[in-house]
Amino acid sequence: MVHAPAPLMPRRVLGARRLAFAAILLGLLGIAMLLSLGLGSRVTGWADLGAALSGEVETMGEATVASRVPRTALAALAGAALGLAGAVMQGVTRNPLADPGILGVNAGAALAVVTGLATLGLASAQAYIWLAILGATGAAIAVYAIASVGGGGATPLKLALAGAALTAALASLTTAIVLPRGDIAGLVQSWLVGGVGGATWDRIVPVLPFLGTGALLSLATARKLNMLALGDETASALGESLWRVRILAAAGAVTLCGAATAACGPIAFVGLVVPHLCRLLLGVDYRWILPASAVSGAVLLVLADVAGRLLARPAELDVGIVTAFLGAPVFIWIVRARRVSAL
Amino acid sequence: MSLVADIASLRQGRRRKRRMGLAALAAALMAGIALTLAVGQSVTPPLTVMATLLGVDTGGDAFTIRVLRLPRAVISALAGACFGMGGVTFQTLLRNPLASPDIIGISSGASAAAVFCIVMLHLSGTIVSVVAVAAGLGVALLIYLLAWKGGAAGARLILVGIGISAMLQSFTAYLLTQAPSWSLQQALRWMTGSVNGAELGQALPLLLALGIFGSVLLALRRDLETLAMGDDMAAGLGVPIGLVRIGVVVAAVGLVAFATAAAGPVAFVAFLSGPVAARLLRRNGSLLMPAALTGAVLVVTADFAGQVLLPARYPVGIVTGVLGAPFLVLLIARDNRSGGSL
Repeated sequence: MVHAPAPLMPRRVLGARRLAFAAILLGLLGIAMLLSLGLGSRVTGWADLGAALSGEVETMGEATVASRVPRTALAALAGAALGLAGAVMQGVTRNPLADPGILGVNAGAALAVVTGLATLGLASAQAYIWLAILGATGAAIAVYAIASVGGGGATPLKLALAGAALTAALASLTTAIVLPRGDIAGLVQSWLVGGVGGATWDRIVPVLPFLGTGALLSLATARKLNMLALGDETASALGESLWRVRILAAAGAVTLCGAATAACGPIAFVGLVVPHLCRLLLGVDYRWILPASAVSGAVLLVLADVAGRLLARPAELDVGIVTAFLGAPVFIWIVRARRVSAL
Repeated sequence: MSLVADIASLRQGRRRKRRMGLAALAAALMAGIALTLAVGQSVTPPLTVMATLLGVDTGGDAFTIRVLRLPRAVISALAGACFGMGGVTFQTLLRNPLASPDIIGISSGASAAAVFCIVMLHLSGTIVSVVAVAAGLGVALLIYLLAWKGGAAGARLILVGIGISAMLQSFTAYLLTQAPSWSLQQALRWMTGSVNGAELGQALPLLLALGIFGSVLLALRRDLETLAMGDDMAAGLGVPIGLVRIGVVVAAVGLVAFATAAAGPVAFVAFLSGPVAARLLRRNGSLLMPAALTGAVLVVTADFAGQVLLPARYPVGIVTGVLGAPFLVLLIARDNRSGGSL
């Protein structure tokens, strides 16, 4: 088994701790969203905040807050999707390094979207999302297949290498498509960094059904993921059809990644960091890890977006680069914390 | 025939095969260079090409060949050789065909630094290359230190490299969004690798790097192969592990960093050369020279294909990146099944 065993503690203590953690997380999400509405290159006061949220848009401050509402919502939604997807992927592959960015799933979605942009023209937001999910699915299948050929199965090392190599190949293909097309180069370039900057409700609403479906699928598999974590043999002995669980869970995760990528470009490392944190605090039960990862992912991405706005004032850093710089050290820490044989 | 004679003839046969393989690679390289010199937007007759190279003034053709095509061919071949040799060294040392410098973050360090210089500091020319080389070495050192935990295990080194590489790539992508459109083309070279606008002046540092680091690697090639059998085995056979590893890593990183400084991180050349060379020569002797030749052939032909054969003109890194993808899948599938390392 790859995950660290949960610290042994009495059931009641663990339960109380989980409830407290859930309350704290929701509180944090609220605070993060308020910060996201209030802070930026123009700092607005509480009065503006209250007025704008009740629908008044008269002063400059109120307008600023109003314009921050969709981006905050998008950051929270995408963060939740990526956090949840990361937790599911780590459960399905039983791999502590699984993340939609590292495994090349986001790169697959990006390639599909860019191909669509270049060849079909930007038909509709719906088409965009379907393409992204298609690309994410293709990349996920490819990475898993590549890594699990041969002895030892899909070890973390093989998965990460296959993901990195596939990302490099997909990125070349993406550039190959963009280069001769000066007309879409700028658009694609800024989209590829991953950001929630220009969010509008028009961009968010079409994604919602996909995010909902993906989240439901993922959350529904939580109990089965617990069994999967016991190892293939034990899980089969308990009567689980391993492949059905894996396929359902992976379908949920891929839908979430594809939809999130379609809405704000490829954002890495959120899905990696968040589940580890949750597992550290909540133990190994996926029925808790999955929802907690979703909420923590939202907190992380909203805060990363705020940080990006404050660090580079009056310009802003895209949230994708902030999460990369936050996430890579965590990734390295996880790698260091493990014995080589577990890699 | 006696057993001794049998073995002797077997060895001779192997050596002959190896020589034939190397000769075939060299011939392919020559053919690629000749094609690059003769064919571009227009086709120059071979005799004119020869005359121009020998110093005869042939008017317009002289400009086309000496200024446009010759630097391109020379830089492609040299950078490809550096990538090939550096890549196969890493693959042998870390015992994993996927552990090439372009995948574990060394090239991305060099290119992130170069893009930063171009976009943020508005530098150009030699200084950018110098910074790229320094950054490549710096990132390699950083990866090594971060992976250090009472010894740097190969698996940890690779994974740390992947993490660093993901971070640097996102940094580079961000920098490119900040680039004014006039420097975007130049900066894009540092994302994908290209020999557009190559100059003969760039050949000297590459040649020096290939000469110095290449001879270090060739001198250490037996120790390197012993090291590939595992640290314990190598130590038992009397290889000074620490020294050899440092020497080999510095030389390999140097090769890759210089090549990246000249042509950008040409995707997958460092990764593909070793395995391709191993297939061609059927694991017959040291892979350093064959991989260098294979790398040169790859870059020269891919650049030719990108310029002449394809409908739009693509920089070489795109061609190798796209070519690399299917080969990558094939390679992993085959190697994983056989459990072999290269």
